[in-house]
This record gives sequence, C-alpha cells and structure tokens, in this order.
Amino acid sequence: MCAHVPRCGHYGGEVEDMAEKVLMKGNEALAESAMRAGCRFFFGYPITPQTELAAYMAKRMPYVGGTYLQAESEIAAINMVYGAAAAGARVMTSSSSPGVSLKSEGISYMAGADLPGLIINVQRGGPGLGGIQPSQSDYWQATRAMGHGDFHCIVFAPSTVQEMCDLAYGAFDIADKYRNPVMILADGMLGQMMEPVELPKMIDPKTLPEKDWATTGHGDKREHNVINSLYLTADHLEKLNQARFEKYARVEAEEQRSESYLCDDADIIVVAFGASSRVARSAVNTAREQGIKVGLFRPITLWPFPKVALEETCSHAKAYLSVEMNMGQMIDDVKLVVAGRAPVEFYGRTGGVIPTPNEVLTKIKEMQASLIGKAGE
Amino acid sequence: MKEEIQIVLAGFGGQGVLFAGKVIAYAGLIEEREVSWLPSYGPEMRGGTANCSVTLSDRTIGSPLVVEPDVLIALNQPSYDRFIDAVKPGGIVIADTAMVTSMRERDDVQIIGIPATTMAEEAGLKGLANIILLGKLYGMTEFCDRDTLDAAIDKCVPARKAALADKNKEAIKLGMEA
Repeated sequence: MCAHVPRCGHYGGEVEDMAEKVLMKGNEALAESAMRAGCRFFFGYPITPQTELAAYMAKRMPYVGGTYLQAESEIAAINMVYGAAAAGARVMTSSSSPGVSLKSEGISYMAGADLPGLIINVQRGGPGLGGIQPSQSDYWQATRAMGHGDFHCIVFAPSTVQEMCDLAYGAFDIADKYRNPVMILADGMLGQMMEPVELPKMIDPKTLPEKDWATTGHGDKREHNVINSLYLTADHLEKLNQARFEKYARVEAEEQRSESYLCDDADIIVVAFGASSRVARSAVNTAREQGIKVGLFRPITLWPFPKVALEETCSHAKAYLSVEMNMGQMIDDVKLVVAGRAPVEFYGRTGGVIPTPNEVLTKIKEMQASLIGKAGE
Repeated sequence: MKEEIQIVLAGFGGQGVLFAGKVIAYAGLIEEREVSWLPSYGPEMRGGTANCSVTLSDRTIGSPLVVEPDVLIALNQPSYDRFIDAVKPGGIVIADTAMVTSMRERDDVQIIGIPATTMAEEAGLKGLANIILLGKLYGMTEFCDRDTLDAAIDKCVPARKAALADKNKEAIKLGMEA
C-alpha cells in the first residue's frame, strides 16, 4: 500500500481524510465512497455516461491497495465480480444501460449463488444502444428482471451526489447482510453533475467481519465451501428458491426506504425517484407557492418498493402523479399500492430528455383543476 | 444576495465555461450554500454550445438543469442564439463581444457586452476571457463575498499551477472594472 495519496479527480484538495465538503461529480463521489466502504476490487468496461467512475477507480485503486481491472467486456467484468465475491471480497462493477444488459446473465448467477456485490447502472436512453443522455428507462429491468430466474436485486435510487456517496457506502453492508447483489440505479445527470459532498471514513477491509461461507481455502481445517448456481434436481432447486424468497420477505420488511416531502396534508402526491425527483421537487415548491396542496414521495429503495410509507398517504391523498424519465414504469408499483383508491397519472419524458419543472407543474395544475371539478359535481 | 441564482455559462469547448462554472459553485460551497453544477456532455457539446448550469441557493436545490437562467454568460454566437430567449425576465446576459457579433435584443433583460477575449489577449491573460466575464458578473451581482471568490479560484486551480491562480484573480479584477 502506498502511504502517499496523490491528488485525484479534477478537484483540488487531498482525497484522504477530508473533513470539509468538496465538489465532486456523482460518478466520482460514488467511486471514492465505495473504496471507503472497503471495496478493493473493481471490474468494468467504459461506457458513457458512467466512464468517470471507472476512470476514478483506475487512478485511485492502486493507492488504497486494491485492484482495478478493465475487462475485455461487460460479461467478463461481471464474472470477475462473481469470482471476487465468492472469495469473500467487497467488489463492484459499473456500467450504463446497454452494458448492464450484458451483465444480466452474471447478475442472475450471483443471485443464484447468493453472492453479495455492488452493480452500478448510470442509466442512459434506450432501448438498444439508445443515446447517452440521462434516462430512467431501466426501472423495470432493475426491479423486475435483472436476469433470468426467480430473484431480486436490492435496488437503491440516489437523487443527489451526497446520496450517491452515502448509498454506495452502505450498499456493501446490505449486500453482505443478505448475501445478495445490490444495484444503485443512477442516471447520466446524477453521474455527471457536481454537488458538495462530505465523504465518509475509510474502512480497512481487514477489519470487516469474516465470511464463513466464502471460498477462501479451508486448509484442511473445515469442510470446503461451495459457491454454485447449478442445481439439476428440481426439488432441491425449488427449496433453495423458496428459502431465497424468505430472505426477500425479510428484505421487504426491513429495508424499505423513502423520503416524504410536504406529503402530510397533500391532496396530490407526486411520486418520483432519482433525477426526476429533483425536477418534481422544483415543481412541488412552485405549486405550493401557488396554494396547491401537493407533496413529493421519493422512493430511495426501488426494490423493495417503499409500500408501507406510500400506503400511509392513501388515507388522505386524492390523486397520484408518477413522474419518470421513461414512458411509465414505476407507475406500476405506485398503482399496486394505491390499488384503485385514487387516480394514478403519469408524466414523463424519454429518450434522454429531462422534463422541466414547468411541464410537471402544468400537469399538477391540470390534476388540481380536475379535483376541484369533481368536488363541485 | 439573492436567495437563489441560476446561471447558464455557454461557449465552445476549450473556452473554460465548465471551469468558470466550477469557480462559482466553489464560491457557494465555501459560503455553505446549496450548490449544483451540471455540464452538458456527449454530442450536445458539438455544434458550439458546451454549457453548464450552476445554481447557488439558500434552500435545497430541485432540478440542477437550469431551464430559465437568471444569468446567461455567452462566450460565442451559437450559445447566445440558443439561450437568449430562455433568460428570465429581469435577468442578466453577459456576452463576449469579441465572439458574439450579432446580439439579438430583448427589452426585458439587461444585456451587457464586453470584448473579453480581446481584453484577455491585451492584458497578457490569454485564455481567461471566461474569468473576465465572471468578474463582470461578480461586479454586477456580488453573488458571494469578494474574498470568497479568490478562495474559490484557489480551490479550482491545481496547486502546481499557482501562478495561474494569480492570473485568474487578475482577470476577475479586469472584468469587474470593465
């Protein structure tokens, strides 16, 4: 390990043990934070708008005694993550939408082998190669089908650079606790933007609890551990899947996270995550200034979806609006919670277009007018 | 000082619009305000409008993408043309007249032109037209304390290029007096 820590990124100041806030890009803050959480292995492949994350890792990882490796493909990278996770390491990979699709096979294998690891998706517009501007069109993929088979990734959605940092820092603990892959679903806007960030303390990976299931070499002192996702006996595989879903039930009970902003007295609740929640927040503030009772409900975990907290709003909210940078995906989860008790409407832009606060405000005003119309009937 | 100021800086790649935006952002950070800085990236950069959105605020910042800026700093013609109509009524437009030759007018915003690129070359500050324009903006709006602005430059210029920090500070002064 190198004792001298050089300047990193394109901002001033030492990276090590900074007490004061610094301006960092979301991609860089996430990378730095993951290393501070004890991640010492990064395997990836460049793709816009995620590349600063890998570039930062390439520069910094050698100075914390870790390994950065640019793989020959995304598929190779995720399988390297599988390997390092099997050996008990804190390990991650990052990519953007098309690259994440390539990783989906390996992510399914990780879930099938109960391996913890962190996967970052800095989303861009799709489908196909799509574009490179910010998008949220991988919501369904992240929360419904991050690969084949019966499984879930635990999915976090940051909305600020500080949250990119904080969620990455905590993600490894969650992954280890449940022995499950964790995804951070960011987007090009959050990855590219700079905001002040306070970095957490550096954790020495040697101080982390030992993983008694990892394939670290048994030295003839214990039974050897097996990491595997192939089970050819149907009954056996069924039992394993059922056990895994008991684990998912625990995750659903313990890990739902969300933020409620001005929801307590709201007639209209805007539901939005990540970058679109920033836009929605601006619209909510302006609508409030104009006397409209509107609030913002922001899921921080996308899976598990924060059903319990959203359910609480159903006692008073008269209408819901899902604001997304896609054609309408999270709205499915909102509807599952609201369950017909109130109308759930949608506003979104897709293909890499970022909605404006005014567009969202216009939609809120339409809904408000419709509520007043109904009340008058 | 205004509760919130939203700024768009735009120009060709290499004119330092991202850097100038970062100086403003660091000034906000030093004064413990809410700050966001969002660059354009990818093919948007081609065609002459590399730009960034900067917001300084006293409350949590919503969308970091500035759609209706209080201030536009335009370093070239395509940027001026693209953003002039977006500026909020009552807002400020500062253009480098060495680069922006045709300034479409608006009655409801304050439009200021200074030949920043020429001024920079004549003062031995080549490449610092961006900071001269920033100095002009500072003179008009005082979006932070004067000392904070110099401290922000020190934060943004790498220590190994300390001489450049002094030149940036000179450029600020030149812009303030323009």
